[in-house]
Amino acid sequence: MAATGVEGPPPRKKARKSDGSADTPKPSLEEAQAVIEKQQQKDTRKKAVKYNRGPQTKLKGIQDKKLKGQLRATEKLYGEAATSAAKVEQWLLPAEAGFLEAEGVERTQNYRQEAILPHLDLTSQRKIFDLRLPDLGPYSLDYTRSGRHLLVGGRKGHLAIMDWARAQLVTELQVKETTRDVQFLHNESFFAAAQKKYVYVYDKRGIEVHCLKEHTDVLKLGFLHHHFLLASVGKYGVLRYQDTSTGAIVSQHKTKLGRCGVLGVNPYNAAVGLGHSNGTVSFWSPNMSTPLVSLLCHRGPVTALAFDVEGRHMVTGGIDGQVKVWDVRKFQPVHAYFSPQPAQALDVSQRGLLTVAHGSTVQVWQDALKTKAKSPYLTHRLFDNSAIADVAFCPFEDALALGHSGGFSSIIVPGAGNPNFDSFVANPYETKKQRREAEVHLLLDKLQPETITLDPYWIGGVRKAPKELQKAQAAAEAEANRKAALQAGKEAALKNKAKGKSKPTKKHRKKQLNIIDNKKATVSADLASKQLKRKQESAVEDSDADMLRSSALARFYKR
Amino acid sequence: MKVKVISRSEQDFTKERTEDVQKVYRNLDPALHPFEKAHEYTRALNAAKLDKVFAKPLIGALDGHADSVSCMAKNPRRLNCLLSGSMDGDIRLWDLAYRRTIRQFPGHRGAVTGLAVSHDGEHFVSCSSDCTVRLWSLPQTEMGEASGTDIETQEPVVTLQGKNGFRALDHHWKGPLFATTGAQVDIWDHNRSDPINSFSWGSESVISVRWNPAEPDVFATTGSDRSIVLYDMRVSTPLRKLIMQTRCNALAWNPREAFNFTVANEDCNCYTYDMRKMKSALCVHKDHVSAVMDIDYSPTGREFVTGSYDRSVRIFEYNAGHSREVYHTKRMQRVFCAKFSGDATYVLTGSDDTNIRIWKAKASEQLGVKLPREKGKQAYMEKVKQRYKFLPEIKRIDRHRHVPKAIYKAEKLRQTVANSDRRKDDRRKRHSAPGSIPNIPARKKKIVQELE
Repeated sequence: MAATGVEGPPPRKKARKSDGSADTPKPSLEEAQAVIEKQQQKDTRKKAVKYNRGPQTKLKGIQDKKLKGQLRATEKLYGEAATSAAKVEQWLLPAEAGFLEAEGVERTQNYRQEAILPHLDLTSQRKIFDLRLPDLGPYSLDYTRSGRHLLVGGRKGHLAIMDWARAQLVTELQVKETTRDVQFLHNESFFAAAQKKYVYVYDKRGIEVHCLKEHTDVLKLGFLHHHFLLASVGKYGVLRYQDTSTGAIVSQHKTKLGRCGVLGVNPYNAAVGLGHSNGTVSFWSPNMSTPLVSLLCHRGPVTALAFDVEGRHMVTGGIDGQVKVWDVRKFQPVHAYFSPQPAQALDVSQRGLLTVAHGSTVQVWQDALKTKAKSPYLTHRLFDNSAIADVAFCPFEDALALGHSGGFSSIIVPGAGNPNFDSFVANPYETKKQRREAEVHLLLDKLQPETITLDPYWIGGVRKAPKELQKAQAAAEAEANRKAALQAGKEAALKNKAKGKSKPTKKHRKKQLNIIDNKKATVSADLASKQLKRKQESAVEDSDADMLRSSALARFYKR
Repeated sequence: MKVKVISRSEQDFTKERTEDVQKVYRNLDPALHPFEKAHEYTRALNAAKLDKVFAKPLIGALDGHADSVSCMAKNPRRLNCLLSGSMDGDIRLWDLAYRRTIRQFPGHRGAVTGLAVSHDGEHFVSCSSDCTVRLWSLPQTEMGEASGTDIETQEPVVTLQGKNGFRALDHHWKGPLFATTGAQVDIWDHNRSDPINSFSWGSESVISVRWNPAEPDVFATTGSDRSIVLYDMRVSTPLRKLIMQTRCNALAWNPREAFNFTVANEDCNCYTYDMRKMKSALCVHKDHVSAVMDIDYSPTGREFVTGSYDRSVRIFEYNAGHSREVYHTKRMQRVFCAKFSGDATYVLTGSDDTNIRIWKAKASEQLGVKLPREKGKQAYMEKVKQRYKFLPEIKRIDRHRHVPKAIYKAEKLRQTVANSDRRKDDRRKRHSAPGSIPNIPARKKKIVQELE
C-alpha cells in the first residue's frame, strides 16, 4: 500500500501549488461561495447595529441563575430580531435612495431645476411646478405623514388640500381671515388653521368642525402624532396643548418670553421646542409649567427651528445670520453656518438634508448635521423675487415644497426622502379601509401626555437609587459585615491542639487575631494600593529620567 | 450629471384586481418607529384591560339532579362525557357539548359517594353509603344523540355488597381493578364478587383514594385520622403514613410529575408533597377561606382546580402560593366536587345547589377556532403583558378580582389572625433563650408525624 502511495500521482494540493506559481489560482465554486457568504454575514452584522436595542446587559456579575437565564434568552432574542431586521433591510427593501452627482468640474449647487428636469422620468418631472398665487400669499404648508397630501394656507385665508402626487385638488376654501399657519391632524381628513383670533379645525371637505377658542392669536401650530396633541403658540407666548382625540386642553404654559412664532416638535421624544425673541430655545412637555431645558442659541431673536428625524440634531436660525446645528442629547452646539440673510425657514429631510431659506433663495445642504459641510448641495431661486415663508420636505419623496409670497413651488431634491415606507406607519397608497383601520390602531396606541419626557425610554426601566443613598447603603452593609465578623471571631471555637498553646493569654490573643481578620483585609488592600501608587510614581520618575537623557542636558546625566 | 430620484408607479404599490391582497411593505428602521417601549406599554395596558372586559368564565350549568352533587367522574377516552352522582343516589351521564342528560342510572338507595370510569371507557363503577358498589356499562353515545325530552334509564351489570358504607372510589389506570374506601381500603376486580385485597392502618375511616397515573400499582388515600397513606399493591402492607394537623378531604396526583401530589385540606390550604420526601411540603397553596373539598389537576400538570366550602372555585398554578383565578356566582353554594376537563380548557364543578357548572379555565380566553392572525395578535398581547406585568398599573388591573363580601371579610380576618400569630411568635422568640424556640417553616408546620 505504501509503495503505491509513493508511486501514485502527487497529492492534489501540491499540484495546485505548482500551478499557482505559473498563474494566479482559480478559487473553486465552493470557496467563492464561502467568501461571498462570509462577506454577507459581515454586512448583516454591520447593518444589525442600527437595530440593537441599546447596549447588551452584562450577565457577569448576576448571581440569580433564573434571572441570568431569562436575561440571556432575552438578549438572544434581541440579537435574532436585529439580525432578521438587517436581513430584511438587505434583501426586502424595494427601493434605493436618490442621488445627484456632478461630473467633471461641475458642482451640484450650480444645477438649476430646469437643468435637472430633462434627466427625470415623466412622473418625477411633474413634481417640479410653480403655482402663482400672488394675491393670497405668503403660504404656509404641511404634508401628511405619508407625504400623499399637501395642505397649503395663504395668509389671506386661502386654504387648500392637494393630493399633490396625482395633481388633484381635494378641497379648497376661502376663510376670509388672516391665516398664519396650517397643520394636518393625525391624517388627511382633518386639519387645523391658525386664523386671526382662534384656531379652527376643518375636515377634508372644507367644513368647519371646531373652533378652538382657548387658542387665541396663534402664530404657529404643531402636532404630536403619537399623543394626539395639537400644540400652539402665539402672540402672548402661551403654549397650549389640546388633545384632539378627547378635545380636552391638556395644559397651558406661559413662556413669559413674549411673542413666539417659532415652534418645532422633536420626533424622538415629542418635546416641543420654542424659539424666543431673546435668542433662547426652550423645550417643553405638557407636564411641567417650566421649560425642561432652555438653551441660549443666538444673539437676537430665533427665526426658525427644525429637528432631524431621529431627534439627534436641532437646527436653529437667528436674526444674527447664524444657522446652528445642535446636539439635542447633550444640548451642545455642533456646527455653525453663516447665512447672508437671517434664515426664514428651516427643514431637515428624512435622510438628513438641510434646507435653509431666506429672501427668495433656498439652499439645500447635504451632510451638514453630522459633519461640517463646505458648500450647499443645491440652490434655488424663487420666481419674481418672492419672499419665502415656509419650507417642507415631502416624506418618502425627493421633493421640497416652498411656500412664499408669490404662491407655492415644488422642486426636486434628489436623495431627500426615505425611499422605503412602512405600510403600517405611513402608507402613501392607503385605501379608505386601510385608513380607517390605521386610525383605530393609532387611537389604541395613543400615548398619554404624562409620558412625555426628554428620555422616552424611561418607561419600563429601573430608576437607580441616588448615589448618596447607594453610598450610605454600602457603608451600612460594610459596617454590618464588620460587626458580624467580629462576633464570629469571638464565638469561634478554638482547638486545643498542642501543649502550652491553650493558655488563657494565648487563647485571648488568638481570638483577637480572629477579630482582626476583617481589619487585616482592609489593611492589606490599603498596602496594595500604596504599593501600586509607589510603582506608578516611580514609573513617572523613570519617564522624567528618559526625557532628561534624550535632551541637551543628557551629557550631565549620571549614567 | 447623474440623477436618480424616488419614482414610484402606483401600480406597483396597489392591488391590481379587487380580489387581490393589499400589498404591505415593512421598513424596520428605528427612526420610523419612535416610542417603541411606550407603545408596547400602552398595548400591555390595553391587553390587561381587555382581559378584564372579556373575563366571562361561566359558560353554563347542568341542572337535573334533585339533591346536591356529591361526586363526578370524567371519561379518560372521551371529552364530551361526564358522570355525576348526587346525595339522593341518582347517577347521571351528561353530554357536555349539548348540556343534556343522556342516561340515568337508578339503583343506589343512599348518597353516591364515589364514581370512576374504567380505563377503557366501557364501564364505570359507583359506590354509595348504602354499602353497595355497582358496576355499570357506559353507553357509547354519539354527540348530540340525546335529542328527546324523556331520559332513558339503565340497570347495573353487577351489584356488590359490602359490610360498611363506602366513602370513595377510584379506578385503576391500566387494568380492570378499582379501589374503594370506607372502614378499610378494598381492591376489587371487575370479575370477582369479593375484594381481592384489603388494606388498613388504624381504625379510622378512609375518605378518599387516587391511583397514581404513572406507576400503576401505587395509590394514595386520605383518612379521617388526618392521615395521608401511600400504598403499593405489590406488598401486603401500606408503605408510608403522614399525619397532618387537620384532615385532608381529597388528593390529586400531578399527571406530569407523577411523584408529586396535592391534598385539599380542611385548614383552607392545599399542600403539594413529593411522595419520596414527605418531611416537608413542596408548596403551600393558600387563598380559600374555608375547607377545601375537592381538587383535580389539569392534564397539563401546570395547574389544578379546587372547590371549597366557602362557595368558591379557585385555580392554582402547580407551584404558586396563591391562586391565579377565583370563580363564584351568587347562586353557587358549597362546592363538593371539581374537575378539569380532559383538554384543560374547561373546569367543571358540582355544588350543594344541585347544579354542575361549566367554567372556562382561562376566564378571558376566546373559544373556538381562531384565525392565524387572531392567534398571532393574542400571542403578541400576552407577551407584552408578560413583559410589563411588574409595572404598577398593569399589576393592579391584572391582579384585581372581585370576591363576595363574605369571602373578602373572612380573608381579612384570617390575615389579621395570621399577623397577630406571627407577632406573638416573634415576641416569644425575642424573650426566650436564643435557639430554644425553633423556626419551623410553613411547609413543615402542619405535619405532625411521618410513619413508615
